[in-house]
Amino acid sequence: MNDQNKQLLSGDEAIALGALHAGVSLGAGYPGTPSTEILEAFAEYGGQAQWSPNEKVALEVAIGAAFGGARALCTMKHVGLNVASDALFTAAYTGVSGALVVVSADDPGMASSQNEQDNRRYAVAAGLPMLEPSDSQEAYDFTLAAMELSERWKIPVLLRVTTRVCHSYTVVQPRPAAGPVRQGSFERDIKTRVMIPAYARPAHRRLRQKLAEMEVWNETSSFNKVVKGGKLLGIITSGISFMHVREAAPDASVLKLGFTHPLPMKKIEAFVKSVDRCIVIEEGDPFLVEAIRAAGLRVEGKAEMYRFGELDVPRVRRILNYDLTPETPKPPGKPPQLCDACQYRIVFESLRKRDCIVAGDIGCYTLGVLQPFEAIDSCVCMGASLGVGLGMRHVLPPDQAKRVVSVIGDSTFVHSGITGLVEMVYNPPATGHVLIILDNSTTAMTGHQEHPGTGRKLNHEPTNKFVLEDLARALGLKRVFVIEPRFGSQEFDELLDDCLKRNELSVIIARRPCILIAKQLKAYEKRDEPRCECDQKGANVVQSN
Amino acid sequence: MNPVVNVTRKEPMSSKVTNVVLAGLGGQGVLKGTDILAVAALRAGFDVKKSEIKGMSQRGGSVTGDVRFGAEVFSPMVPAGEADFLVVLEPTQVTPNQHLLRPGGVIINPEAVEADLLPNKRSLNVALLGALSAHLPIPEDVWLAALREGFAETFFADNQQAFLIGRRAQRAATTA
Repeated sequence: MNDQNKQLLSGDEAIALGALHAGVSLGAGYPGTPSTEILEAFAEYGGQAQWSPNEKVALEVAIGAAFGGARALCTMKHVGLNVASDALFTAAYTGVSGALVVVSADDPGMASSQNEQDNRRYAVAAGLPMLEPSDSQEAYDFTLAAMELSERWKIPVLLRVTTRVCHSYTVVQPRPAAGPVRQGSFERDIKTRVMIPAYARPAHRRLRQKLAEMEVWNETSSFNKVVKGGKLLGIITSGISFMHVREAAPDASVLKLGFTHPLPMKKIEAFVKSVDRCIVIEEGDPFLVEAIRAAGLRVEGKAEMYRFGELDVPRVRRILNYDLTPETPKPPGKPPQLCDACQYRIVFESLRKRDCIVAGDIGCYTLGVLQPFEAIDSCVCMGASLGVGLGMRHVLPPDQAKRVVSVIGDSTFVHSGITGLVEMVYNPPATGHVLIILDNSTTAMTGHQEHPGTGRKLNHEPTNKFVLEDLARALGLKRVFVIEPRFGSQEFDELLDDCLKRNELSVIIARRPCILIAKQLKAYEKRDEPRCECDQKGANVVQSN
Repeated sequence: MNPVVNVTRKEPMSSKVTNVVLAGLGGQGVLKGTDILAVAALRAGFDVKKSEIKGMSQRGGSVTGDVRFGAEVFSPMVPAGEADFLVVLEPTQVTPNQHLLRPGGVIINPEAVEADLLPNKRSLNVALLGALSAHLPIPEDVWLAALREGFAETFFADNQQAFLIGRRAQRAATTA
């Protein structure tokens, strides 16, 4: 082995490098911890990567690329797959012509998420093959293998990773790149890709047939490995849990599952029978243990208390020792907070003083829920601020309804607030409504990614800009205000008061670039400034006078 | 505040996994510090894993990064009570992380270097890495190469100086 090629890569970077070496033509996604760095790294390595407005669009773009015969990568965090799931379920029926790998980055323990859903359930629900790497080397190898599997079986493959795989750096020995990016080429295949009921019925049968074939194939695949140990204790595990298990129980025999849907049940049965005590150790839901028990095999699972949060070496030891005593809570660290000079502080202070009922959303500004503001009353999912705020306005008595405000960030608004705004126009509450879009010109919480409203692409190069206030006005809204909140100024307070007292629909766009990247944004603006008319094209012509 | 404690530990580290936790607040360079340490350990021939939690912690909250190295490392996370070294960039972060340290483990806190000597206040993370380096089986030239790899040319000189200040201060303290 050539040690010189060894690299210390995060799981995210390893997926990106695997995609590059697999000749992926297009990577599409929406930022979300812990998946964000995959596409950033892919672009940095020279791949073609893009942020889409949301995960559903990203997946649709990736499906299109795969229909066109190319290899495509689509990345998102676990909750992003909820948004993309409409496309996912039917793409399982249509299958793909090139290759399509969908990365779901789950966040057990919720380091930076609103829930800890276990997306392994999606593989079963949609009927997709699923791979689960345990470290960066496997993240790299499995990405390459997932592309090959996808192409071989003509089916999207789910690459399921978790926070500790994405954000841990481990040693990777890359292989030589597979070759150049393949050009797409269209071949008409109407009955496979047009899911009218008459064509979808046989497509469903084809999907089940593929899964049955893959199950047989997986019985002898190299994704599932046995680490020979003692006969007394056998552990079945997958993903990051494998690493904790190896450390917590170095003498145990271990069946490490890398291809976790459809499961190689014969291989599992042989392993279960080879040991005296067999226990399944997995993070999150009892996914493996339920499937193995449903196949009639006797295995232990973890106690319910270990369903919550991440596993680690001490917790695996506790599970193995049947330890049900309460765990010592981690000493509290310093919680995150809004930056001192953040514009959102002005807005939340204003909302707090007026005792507004605030339907919040997902982003930095969710921190408005903490002290000293405590000025957010709900946060459900991306875009929910609009619908939730409107729903409350519809049912609350007028004195309360008139205090309801929806608050959403610019990137989140583009992601899934637009349809909420259409709802506001279409079904206006009797008391009207107030929407505040906190526009800091970036996707701040995930590390300052671009979005359609910034007018720059993933690689920060200029592109067409989506202007929020233009959209609001195009929807017929009369009261659309753009304001820069300033410390020491009453301007924002006065505008908010005026909007709250009317029974009308108002949109306030509170616009001020995030202070953490203000310098960088200025540099981009300067770079993209039109120098003269002659080097301008299309709609962005600026008159020189 | 905890002084630099218990520097008597001198067991051979090549056969077992060495566990280091860096702790501080968002923006202090905890993750840059773990980057440098992990690369140095890799270049010194060890298996290495490094784990960090990003996301909400970026907004000024507590940040920790784990680095583990040895012949073979499995879990990327340092188990509570098993850290050999706890490097703390901000005094308030000792208490929330003390439980990570094993009995007899070493805390390296900002007092390990004289802040006034640093060419740049922001190099504290690297200066404390220098202090840590006095305890680890990684040659100095490997450390300096890792620093060169980790910093742009304009920042390298200051960080090299900070590293050496921390390294010498700790060596003086341990041999005193």
